[in-house]
Amino acid sequence: MIRVVLPAHLRTLARVTGEVRLEIAGPVTQRAVLDALEARYPMLRGTLRDQVTGQRRPFVRFFACEQDLSLESPDAPLPDAVASGNEPFLVVGAVAGG
Amino acid sequence: MSKVRVLVGTRKGAFILTSDGKREQWEVSGPHFGGWEIYHVKGSPADPNRLYASQSSGWFGQLIQRSNDGGKTWEPVGNKFAYDGTPGTHKWYDDTPHPWEFKRVWHLEPSHTDPDAVYAGVEDAALFLSSDGGQTWAEIPGLRRHETGPGWHPGAGGMCLHTVLLDPNDPARIYIAISAAGAFRSDDGGTTWRPINRGLRSQYIPDPDAEVGHCVHRIAMHRSRPNVLFMQKHWDVMRSDDAGDSWREVSGNLPTDFGFVIDVHAHEPETLYVVPIKSDSEHFPPDGKLRVYRSRTGGNEWEPLSQGLPQSDCYVNVLRDAMAVDSLDSCGIYFGTTGGQVYASADAGDTWAPIVRDLPAVLSVEVQTLP
Repeated sequence: MIRVVLPAHLRTLARVTGEVRLEIAGPVTQRAVLDALEARYPMLRGTLRDQVTGQRRPFVRFFACEQDLSLESPDAPLPDAVASGNEPFLVVGAVAGG
Repeated sequence: MSKVRVLVGTRKGAFILTSDGKREQWEVSGPHFGGWEIYHVKGSPADPNRLYASQSSGWFGQLIQRSNDGGKTWEPVGNKFAYDGTPGTHKWYDDTPHPWEFKRVWHLEPSHTDPDAVYAGVEDAALFLSSDGGQTWAEIPGLRRHETGPGWHPGAGGMCLHTVLLDPNDPARIYIAISAAGAFRSDDGGTTWRPINRGLRSQYIPDPDAEVGHCVHRIAMHRSRPNVLFMQKHWDVMRSDDAGDSWREVSGNLPTDFGFVIDVHAHEPETLYVVPIKSDSEHFPPDGKLRVYRSRTGGNEWEPLSQGLPQSDCYVNVLRDAMAVDSLDSCGIYFGTTGGQVYASADAGDTWAPIVRDLPAVLSVEVQTLP
């Protein structure tokens, strides 16, 4: 089971509180987590990744295990601690603007 | 008694203001979608309880929200705006080719007859249509593929398609306006388009009389006379009596002919409203006095309307989608400011009062007159 923490605006949009928990069959990668997240919560489509290009939005970051994974390949395995559910996968709205 | 519902989009959410026909006591609902930019909220003329809202954020992109109960509850619908085919390029500020990139929805224009049909004017400039209540969107590609398209430049606020006017008598006729390409018209439901900028004169472009390249800020029409159009251009207030085929200036005695909004009285098609703004670098009213100007002669002769509006130290702006009228008798006029005020006049502009004073910066104002 994968634990995902969404930023406040996206929790409101998805109508969830607290962490989201996802079951993922197969390798646990950024792409697999985001695909599962969007399948469960279709209203999140387009908010994390551009729907046409599939690219991460510039001001959305992915953190886990005190690492910034935003620039890692979307198909790279996530840390074991995320895959095992010991650590959450954090979706973060970048600190930007005033 | 009739009611009015004012739909307000702001930098940090949507607000819904409601009153009875007297328009004296108001209820304020919101913020809806707090923290998000709401460029536009508009109701369907065919079903006033069907509302559409454009919700966007620099972090999380574009969403479209739909309400079926007049804004009490909302549901996110489709938000995939994919340009038709290979998008190609337009011109960037420095004249280099720049790929078309979707950024946000500026304006939503529901069909006069079908609550599930709604047009979206977007940045980078294109027109999209949903026929299923916003669930899916398809570009109307003929506009962007007009032969002049690769030469269009963005305005200072981006290359936005901000105005969509549907002819109430002819479903095949659509007017749109783009900053800074100009105005276009389709007479075949969007398949083909023609620039309608003859008579516009813009000193800030190399050829002041060019076919395209004019920074049109807003176009308005009265539904009883869809061939008569009024335009607030970057500079100049303009009028066309032939569906945009030709334009003439009607700025007349305005203190400045720069501005963003323009609208038409609900029952008097020759009565117009604008809010003069000092200049394109000073986006505030002349002399710190917020004044609406009204023409009862279809332009050229304008009178200031200031009763109830701040007449000192006022340095707000009124953005292009931030004025609307109701259809009560007498006609109500509404506008919102970047200072967060929404002003209303229940007597066609003679006197004004704020409905709210301290909202986030107002991006758009629409009004529904309800039975």
